[in-house]
Order: sequence, then structure tokens, then C-alpha cells
Amino acid sequence: MTVSYTVIVFVKQVPDTQNISGEAMTPQGTVNRAALPAIFNPEDLNALELALQLKDRYNARVIVGTMGPPNAAEVLRNALYRGADEAFLLTDRAFAGADTLATSYALSCAAKKYGKFDLILCGRQAIDGDTAQVGPQLAEKLALPQICYIEDVVKLEPGKIRAKRAIDGGYEVLEAPTPCLLTVIDSNIPRPQNAMRIMKYKKAKTKSEVIKGNSEYTDAERLAEVEKRLAEKGLLIHEWSAEDVGADKGRIGFAGSPTKVKEVMSVILTATDSKKVEPTEQGITDLMHELITDHTLG
Amino acid sequence: MAKIGNVWVFIEQEGGVIADVSLELLCKGRELAAELGVKTEAVLLGDKLEKCVPALYEYGADKVFLAEDPRLEPFTTLPYAKVIMDLIHEHKPNILLFGATLKGRELAPRVASEKLAGLTADCTSLRIDDFDDKVNKKSYTNKLMQIRPAFGGNIIATIVNTWDDPQMVTVREGVMKMDEPLKGRKGELVKVKVALTEAETVIKVIERVREDKDVDLKGAQVIVAGGYGVGSKDNFKLIYQLAEAIGGEVGASRAAVDAGWISHDHQVGQTGVTVRPKLYIACGISGSIQHRAGMTESKKIIAINTDPDAPIFAVSHYSIVGDLNAVIPQMIKAFKAKQ
Repeated sequence: MTVSYTVIVFVKQVPDTQNISGEAMTPQGTVNRAALPAIFNPEDLNALELALQLKDRYNARVIVGTMGPPNAAEVLRNALYRGADEAFLLTDRAFAGADTLATSYALSCAAKKYGKFDLILCGRQAIDGDTAQVGPQLAEKLALPQICYIEDVVKLEPGKIRAKRAIDGGYEVLEAPTPCLLTVIDSNIPRPQNAMRIMKYKKAKTKSEVIKGNSEYTDAERLAEVEKRLAEKGLLIHEWSAEDVGADKGRIGFAGSPTKVKEVMSVILTATDSKKVEPTEQGITDLMHELITDHTLG
Repeated sequence: MAKIGNVWVFIEQEGGVIADVSLELLCKGRELAAELGVKTEAVLLGDKLEKCVPALYEYGADKVFLAEDPRLEPFTTLPYAKVIMDLIHEHKPNILLFGATLKGRELAPRVASEKLAGLTADCTSLRIDDFDDKVNKKSYTNKLMQIRPAFGGNIIATIVNTWDDPQMVTVREGVMKMDEPLKGRKGELVKVKVALTEAETVIKVIERVREDKDVDLKGAQVIVAGGYGVGSKDNFKLIYQLAEAIGGEVGASRAAVDAGWISHDHQVGQTGVTVRPKLYIACGISGSIQHRAGMTESKKIIAINTDPDAPIFAVSHYSIVGDLNAVIPQMIKAFKAKQ
């Protein structure tokens, strides 16, 4: 079976938002990611799984990409361990402080830099912001049709995809021309990392990681040689800066973000008056009596 | 100063029935428009919808832009985005409100991206205020404060769109108050010429299956909700029995939904429905911040949990540390005896 389709999956490394407090935010209202454990955004794992199912069904080639700090290469390796074929990291200080509009623009530049593809898959939303905006915005930036809330791909054929997606109170099967963009919901069980693949891809590195691990590679010529060797073994994680992907500086990062955070408050939810009710017949009877008397019930 | 644009509300409909959230937003839109001294305008798309228009005036619209075309039914994103973009270019609204529904959350970002406008998702509160951007040393007057939970509900952020209008947001269902309609209130109907090209009609709906929800949590006065502590799908019958006895709807935490004991329609919380009943009884719900965010505005909250340290007790008015299997039957018995 020859390779017939190219699928790009955009993923995000996110802070684990369970049990955190306002201290995880900087005074500017941006996230202090260093203070939190970083995980693979859950619905992005569903998107990756769907892409890997397309690899199994149609021999698609799966490319995983992310934007983030240099250590976001960790989620890319995680994706390689599960079955992705190739990875790219979009990293540059100039991307920092991006809202969803600036993020989708940056990702659109990366997709164009990658080249021809048939599908882009994203998780519906990331657990740090829960906005679900980047998928549709990325589709618009690339002038692609979008289908959100995908549960499964019914059929992929040259130039055409049929997919099932959730709607309020049911589902739809839609047909769209490719290339197009799909956002995927929590509708499959992501496969685990594969031991053989871990053995191979734990050596996959970005350029920055190559330099960091070996001070001698600061010599440009030597570095290029190492990169070439890694690339030949499929172990080079492409690392692209804003300039590499041809991004307009005015449209990325803080400068490219129309939305600004005015203030941030921690959430403290408390009842003003709280009464302890004994789990006894008398306690419960008195409670129900009180609720009926004050017309809460009945 | 240049004249500012009006406040727009995207009206969501399914089969000619207007979504509650759209009416909630018309009420809120009217309040914001009054503060800004502008008009409230509704944007309604679909086919054969003229019968829906009078209600929009009664809930606060001064004008209704009505776009009717068979290609706008059922809802798909691309043609909707095109019609709305064309309207934005022509009329330049100041504010554009969408419900944070499945439709609103896929449509609004597509429009915002093309318009290069800021967009804030899932707002729970909106107000007009000035904004002093200290970083860029710029001041803005009469901007829309877009208030939303973030980070899994752990923080509340106030966000401002500093670029050109419109200021776009999606707003969670059930958080804005729906006022009584003003019967007989009139407005102006503007029929929109729909200009779609092949590019917007490439997605075909092959199959569409939907049923109306059998549960109305948002409108319920009494909700009995079960969590992971209920223990099993079978044991959820206790929750139903209590709800039936006292005349309430059945709600659930995400943990109970994820366990497959009850459908997502019943889920209360950040990824479910926001509710504010007269009485909320949380049974075996530990009370994650995501759950509390969806029910904390209930007038009275009863929490039943075996764990005295469960976070749900931080927001409950009546705390019962005990086994729901014993407490619930007692409640049913006591209620029946008192009636």
C-alpha cells in the first residue's frame, strides 16, 4: 500500500488545570507554565488517535506539530511514541503572549511551510483556555472548510472526506472536499505509547536539544551534519522560528493579539451561611420541614 | 468622536425554534446598548423564519436582519460566516454576541478570524467600562469587559478587545437573565440579500439525526444531582426517586456522566449546563471547581457526602455528612409525611 494521504495534527502542551490556584498566573494575566505540570492536551490525543486510525486504514502519513517553548518537544516525542511519522516545533520568543487569533495565524504559517497536506486535525479545545477557537480560526486562515466536533471519519478518498460529528441532541454526517480541517472531540481511546517506538524515538531531537546536549555542535557546519544524520534516521524534530515560517511580526505573539487581559482573579466559592444537618431521621425531617415552610419545596 | 456601532446578537434557531441563550443575549444586549446609547439588533439566519421575528422585538431587538435561503438550513458554518461577514462589513456593529453553544463556538471564531477581531469564549458576565492598557500605554473608553472563567474554572479573567470593532464574544447558556418579553413591542425588519458562492457551499449534509432533549435543567426550580458517590448506574434510581418525589429534574456531575450512568444532557458544570434553581441537592458529588462553577448560584444547596472534607461542603447551605443510600430514602419519607 503506498502512502496516499498527509495528515497534520496540531497538538498543545498544556498545564494540568486540575487543582491549581491563581498563583499560577503572572501579574500580566498570562500563564506561569513553569509552575505547573505539563501534559498532552487530552482532546489533542483524540485528534492524534483519529489520525493514526487513518494511517492504519489508508496508510496516511501523520505529521504532528505544536507551538510552544523548546520543551514542548516532549509532546511531539510522545506523539512519535504513539505512531506519528514526523514532527515539527514552532518556537520563538516572538510567539509569546499570543491569543487565539495570533496563535491560529502562526500555525497557519507552519502548515504552509510544511507544504501539501490533505487534512489538518486538532483537538476541539485545550484545557488551559477551553476556547475551542484555534481550530476554526486556523481553518479560516488557510481558507479551508472546517468540520468541528468530529467523532469519527466515515470515509476518506482522494479529494473528499465523509465524517461524523456531534450536534446538539444528535449527530451529522458531513461531506467536505479536502484539504479541510477537523476538530476532534473525546470520542475514541488514544492508543498507548509503543515500547519499540519509544526505543527508537527517545533519540528524536530538535536542533536546540542537539545543541544543548553537545556543546561542540555550536560549530554550524558540524551541527548541520548532525541534523542531517538525525533527519536520515527520521529522528530530527523540525524546529522553526517565526522567521523560518515567514510569519509577519505584527501578527504574532502579544503584538498580534487583539484581546488583552485586564485582570485575573482566583475563584473562591463559598456559601454565606452553612448549616450542618445530622443524617438522622430527626435531622432530615427538620430539614424537609424547613424547605417546605420557606416555600423552597412544595 | 466617530459614532459607535450597535450591539448585535446572533440568533440561533433549530427548526424555527429560537434558542433560549439568544433571548438571554437580546436582554443583555439591550442593557449594554442602553448604556452605550446605541440600538440592539438581531441577526437571524435560516429559511422561512419570518414567524420568529416578533418575539425578537419583544425580547429587546430594535431591528432584525433576516437572511433566508434554503442553503442556510440546516446550519453549517461556512455560509453562515459569509452572510454575517457581509453584514458586518456593511453595518459595522460595535459588539457582537453569540451563544457559547456548539453552533456559536464554531461560527464565531471563523467570523472573528476573517474580521481580524478579538474573540472571547464562554463569557459569564459582560459590562461596559474603560480600559487602561498599561503595557501599550493606551486608554480606551466604553469597552466591553468580557469576563470568563479560565484554567478549568480556577480563575476569572476580564478580557478586552483592543482592536477594531466588533468586539466579539460567546456567552454561556443560562448565565444572562432572560427578562419577561414586552408584549407588542415592535421593531424594524431588514431582509438581507444572501450572496453565497460555491466556496461557502462545499460542505454537504449527508445525514442528520437529532432529538430534542428530554431534560430541562436550565428551567428547573429543583434539581437533584448525583455524582460518582452514587456508585452505580442502577443506584441512580435513588436520585430519580428523590427528584420525582419532590418535583425536580435530575442532574449529574461529569464523573457520573463519564462513568456512563447518565447522559451528558444531565451534566451540570463547566462543560455542562449552568443552573440556578431554588434548590440544588448534590448527592455523592465531591464538588470539583468545574462542577461548582455550574451550580453555585443556586438559591439553596444541600450537599450529601460521606467525606466531611468534600469541597462541595464549601458552597452548601445544608451539609449532610452521611450515606446517600440512607439519607435519600429518609428525605423522601419526610417530604411525603409533611405534605
